[in-house]
Amino acid sequence: MIEVNHLTKRYGNHTALSDLSFTIEKGQIYGFLGPNGAGKSTTMNIMTGCLAATSGEVKINGHDIFEEADEAKKLIGYLPELPPLYLDRTPKEYLTFVARAKKIPNSKLAEAIEHVMEVTQITDVADRLIKNLSKGYKQRVGIAQAILGDPEIIILDEPTVGLDPKQIIEIRDLILELGKEHTVILSSHILSEVQAICQTILIISKGKLVACDTPKNLERLFAGTATIDLTYEVPAADTSDITADLENILSNIPVKIAKTEVSEDGYASAILNTDTPADNNLCRDIFFAFSSANRAIVHMSMSKASLEDIFIELTSNDSITLSDEHDEKTETTKKEEDIDESSI
Amino acid sequence: MKAVFRHELSSYFTNVTGYVFGAFLLLFAGIYTMAFNLKSMVTNFEYVLGNMSFAFLIIVPILTMRVLAEEKKQKTDQLLYSLPINMTNVVLGKYFALLVMFLIPVGIVSIYPIILSAFGNIHLPASFGTIVGFFFMGAALIAIGVFISSITENQAVAAGLCFVVMLINYYLYTIAAYTSTSAFASFAAFSAIFLVFAIVVRLMTKNTIIAVSAGVLPEIVLIVIYIIDSSKFEGLFPEIMQQLSLFERFYVFVDGVFDLTSIVYFLTVIAIFLFLAVQSMEKRRWSE
Repeated sequence: MIEVNHLTKRYGNHTALSDLSFTIEKGQIYGFLGPNGAGKSTTMNIMTGCLAATSGEVKINGHDIFEEADEAKKLIGYLPELPPLYLDRTPKEYLTFVARAKKIPNSKLAEAIEHVMEVTQITDVADRLIKNLSKGYKQRVGIAQAILGDPEIIILDEPTVGLDPKQIIEIRDLILELGKEHTVILSSHILSEVQAICQTILIISKGKLVACDTPKNLERLFAGTATIDLTYEVPAADTSDITADLENILSNIPVKIAKTEVSEDGYASAILNTDTPADNNLCRDIFFAFSSANRAIVHMSMSKASLEDIFIELTSNDSITLSDEHDEKTETTKKEEDIDESSI
Repeated sequence: MKAVFRHELSSYFTNVTGYVFGAFLLLFAGIYTMAFNLKSMVTNFEYVLGNMSFAFLIIVPILTMRVLAEEKKQKTDQLLYSLPINMTNVVLGKYFALLVMFLIPVGIVSIYPIILSAFGNIHLPASFGTIVGFFFMGAALIAIGVFISSITENQAVAAGLCFVVMLINYYLYTIAAYTSTSAFASFAAFSAIFLVFAIVVRLMTKNTIIAVSAGVLPEIVLIVIYIIDSSKFEGLFPEIMQQLSLFERFYVFVDGVFDLTSIVYFLTVIAIFLFLAVQSMEKRRWSE
């Protein structure tokens, strides 16, 4: 459906994208994930013909986006980062213009516009000036513009940014609905969002594709480690050195003790690391180890590496790139603050 | 193209630009018709248009400043790039919408000589010939304005720059008259122009080799011609300046001559500047 081959984009000395290649298949929802400035918008702008690449090519159903621009662009609906709206027009006038530009025949024009306005729920504001609409409605008018004419591919650049939680859920539902009949590509720096709606995740960091897989596979791939959270009973006599005490109990079990802590009411908590999370007997073994030491476990839980950890690891450390062997010397990156937002 | 044309045209009626433009043009036409035809009882309507042509200095920047600059400013150019329409059609659509906006006041003005002819002996062919010339010159100036609007994203800058270009064009003939006609002066002027050209090429392409060759080659040709026959340069620069003036070409119509070469010249200017506007819009994709 979409082929992206060896895309490179340079701005003067700054390389925004370097040798990016991937393929998008029909009928799925794809998520571009990456910290700010990773090259998500640049990639999308190039894929839609808004920007020229320094080298490399983009093919939409075999049509080169530059050589056969008209054929390629007919297949795409695009919502850029900032919705491209004419503020002194009404949504209806605006959509009429877009529909005509997309060469929708006059006989179907009114119907097509009516349909996208219903889908995006903007019928109520159809005759108000766009500049007077709220951010959420503006975003929806932008989405309406993208899906007008029923293009096969819908590309949405950060479609939920700046919306309130209720609107975010509505837009997500809309995207899921669109994903049933269209190929949808969306970008986000919000992980939970991509995780919730996308079938395939492409993680981009510093202009390179670092991972491309389903959320499940990504988790499995990186689920090499897990942590076990443990709270157990400690007799008053043993509180002096609980680490040694714990080592003693767990002497035959393959775990590392990361942290121990005594709480005042006769309990201690510990965090254990393991390299074999797939071993289902691990928790059982721990349980019986404590049992034979005549200690009670009051809480035990195991957490595998989450997608969030994978995201942080992939985007903050260059040495573990999956698709790219180049080991470039790069300054250590700060772990992006954006991740904080992932809890939305 | 039709979609852009319709959208653009309707936008002139939803905001004030189109009305201000039309009102300005009609105001000037009215003042001069009153002064010449009614007060002084001159029977030549041509003079009205000839004298009011300086109104273009103000109305062309007003009309054209936002046409492409605003698209960039509001990021709506991204929509145009992603829609299945090419830039040539976008620029042409916008240009034709501007022409229609210009044609409306011109159409109203062309009623004046008919009204006047009821009260005096107006030579209608000369009047309408001048109106045609007036329209084509305006169309050429608007094309220049469209190009200027395409190189910036700031409306005020576009308007200011457009005004300066209109002003230089308006006074080109006068400036030419004050320019030295000596061979060396012309030679120096051409050298300077090629040097500036080379600098512009350097700034736009960021390629020193192309820039140097774009500057050095014409300079060498200049020097060779100057050494072989310096008399060729005598008066050449002012001559070319006079030939380039759009307003001077229009005054030929005012004198009662329907000059087809001038029409061809106006059309050439329109084609060149619209082509440059398209290129400048295309370039944005590469340098953004």
